[in-house]
Amino acid sequence: METPGFLEPFVGRWTKRHLLDLESLTSDEITLLLDVAQAFKESTQDCRQKLPLLTGRTSVNLFFEDSTRTRISFSLAARRLGSDVIEFSASSSSLSKGETLLDTAKTIQSMCIDTLVCRHKAPGTAQMLSENMDVSVINAGDGPHEHPTQGLLDILTIRQHRGDLRGKTVALVGDIAHSRTARSNIWGLQKLGAHVIVCGPSTLVSRRWEEYGVEVSYDLDAILPRCDVLNLLRIQFERQYTRPFPSVREYALLYAMDQNRMQRAKSDILIMAPGPINRGVEITPEVADGEHSVILHQVNNGLAVRMAAMWLVSAGRAN
Amino acid sequence: MLKTLIQNGRVIDPSQEIDRVTNLLIEEGRIAAIDVEPTDEMKVIDATGKLVVPGLIDLHVQIREPGFEEDETIESAGCAALAGGFTSIAAISETNPPVDSAAAVTYLGRQASEADHCNVFPVACVSSGRQGEEMAEIGILHNAGAIAFSDGQRPVSNPELLRRALEYTLMFDRPVLNRPEMVELSRDGVMHDGSVSTVLGLAPMPAEAEDVMAARDIRICEATGGKLHLLAISCSGTVDILRRAKDRDVSVTASICAYQFALTDAAMRGFHTSLKLNPPLRSRDHIDACIAGLKDGTIDVIASGHAPRSSEKKMCAITEAPFGMVGLETALGLVSTHLVHAGHLDWLTVIRAMSTNVATVLGVEKGTLKPGADADVTLIDPEAKWTVDPSTFRSKSFNSPFGGVELTGRAVETIVGGVTKFRYDGN
Repeated sequence: METPGFLEPFVGRWTKRHLLDLESLTSDEITLLLDVAQAFKESTQDCRQKLPLLTGRTSVNLFFEDSTRTRISFSLAARRLGSDVIEFSASSSSLSKGETLLDTAKTIQSMCIDTLVCRHKAPGTAQMLSENMDVSVINAGDGPHEHPTQGLLDILTIRQHRGDLRGKTVALVGDIAHSRTARSNIWGLQKLGAHVIVCGPSTLVSRRWEEYGVEVSYDLDAILPRCDVLNLLRIQFERQYTRPFPSVREYALLYAMDQNRMQRAKSDILIMAPGPINRGVEITPEVADGEHSVILHQVNNGLAVRMAAMWLVSAGRAN
Repeated sequence: MLKTLIQNGRVIDPSQEIDRVTNLLIEEGRIAAIDVEPTDEMKVIDATGKLVVPGLIDLHVQIREPGFEEDETIESAGCAALAGGFTSIAAISETNPPVDSAAAVTYLGRQASEADHCNVFPVACVSSGRQGEEMAEIGILHNAGAIAFSDGQRPVSNPELLRRALEYTLMFDRPVLNRPEMVELSRDGVMHDGSVSTVLGLAPMPAEAEDVMAARDIRICEATGGKLHLLAISCSGTVDILRRAKDRDVSVTASICAYQFALTDAAMRGFHTSLKLNPPLRSRDHIDACIAGLKDGTIDVIASGHAPRSSEKKMCAITEAPFGMVGLETALGLVSTHLVHAGHLDWLTVIRAMSTNVATVLGVEKGTLKPGADADVTLIDPEAKWTVDPSTFRSKSFNSPFGGVELTGRAVETIVGGVTKFRYDGN
């Protein structure tokens, strides 16, 4: 299929074969990804319309961790672009028979696939695959390292609601230590000119982030009046041996976004959460479902971002 | 009577504080004399431009036989040791079954004897089954030939067990080699705890895990009077603690792995499993403190930390990969490049840390070129430039992060008991 007119301005501008992280991307590359996603959204009736841009191509969802929204979002994005999609489940694969991750991936590659969408609990897995295989790799979350498409869809959501990110203050609140979303957000937001604050218990928010130009705070109430956006991250109990705070109750008291705190926030504050959300822990139901919440917009933007990513890495590979 | 003269080399022997260009005579497998002029009855080895040093001794070698022969055997480890310039290695138990019986010690000795490469000194377990609960039969193991006791990479976490072991080994005048790591602080850790691990999201191994355990071990050592050797230290805090202990004449020694000086934790940005090491690559401040510790004698020994793992064990996600890299064939080159040529240490200090001091720690009659000593000699070309090519390693495993890296300085001839066992021919 010929490139549709709304994508013409973006042709030839992306040169990378993979999308592994946001840290290594330039602000122009991030902006391009966001612009393409926006174009898909605006020109395909909110991504409902199919565009056979990747007809004849095959994408494999190589997910070694449980996922609902990300997996569905990637599958749908590939299908909307006309690609075949193979779902891979680690538990029913030869990995359970002792095969190495790389051998499994190479076996799949030998079946003439084009794109691997990989989620794994270990940081660097997507990068390792990209260095050892001849397909495009999209990182769908590598442990606590990065989740670039989640970062992009968060940023796209902010941009849609608040325009230019320059000068905006975005606070990431919660379990920064174990959050891949936080890491992708930090790099993406900073490259586009936003001021980023990481906020949460000192056991989950390292002072070392200051070395990277990020403001560190342990006091949500103190920073709240300055924030244009709050992105409330889930506490990842499954990644922790010892509880990093005395009780969920105490955490909620110190960091949950509730109606009282909403009163002290900017009147146009955006409330975001990458999900899945623990209602009553990071965010109370009335805030999650309230007028400032854009949580479902984020999910919706995910589809556009992933279509953009898949189309661009495919073009990058061709280049 | 066979006489070999190593002629015109720079003879460096820390045990005699010798560092001069001269000749070294070997006769009947022993050092006969230095400063000897050649005669017709001597076979001459021209060592012009080379260092002639007491055979290097590696105190920290994981031999994977029995149980993990796919990683390394005693045969292959011996070949690798010779290629790296080591005439002796201390084999630390990372085997299955572990070296906690007289039969296991005897087996090691027999396999080493059959291989007939370098000297292999068995290090037996401190605890039965390396389980860290009950003391192994140290007396029986000693009688079978064990020269030291260690649970290898598994630290003796139980302080009572360490106390008992240090007391008990006093009877045999043998050291306990313990890896100082408080595993509760480094559990599931993959890399050094620092700004790089913060960005990468890799589980951290904080320096405190080593410092705290080292302090505990030293205090127990001080109380018992036993001989403690801290294996593979890597942190500035540990160096400080060690320095103060030595000022109090505590009978503690320590070693560091050669790879520590070659890379910082920033190298982990590539997520390569060959860099997953324990202790991990540290940040520059820790490395500088360790170099200072080597300079002033706080750190006694440089080891290879040889930890061979077959390729399939490293072809996985970084969190699932085993720790370790092969080190026997690159240790000397790394030390030469990053400590000597970088201007931090002189060769006398390096040879002390890689030979003389090692012999002292292990209590073996090696590490010297004194007349009458076994003729274990390594010839080093300090200016030889060579590129690490893991495919040419004598080791069965290739898990080295240094493939393609150019180093300066390497062993060119390794002589064990007066017999040349390895000669570098460019491969």
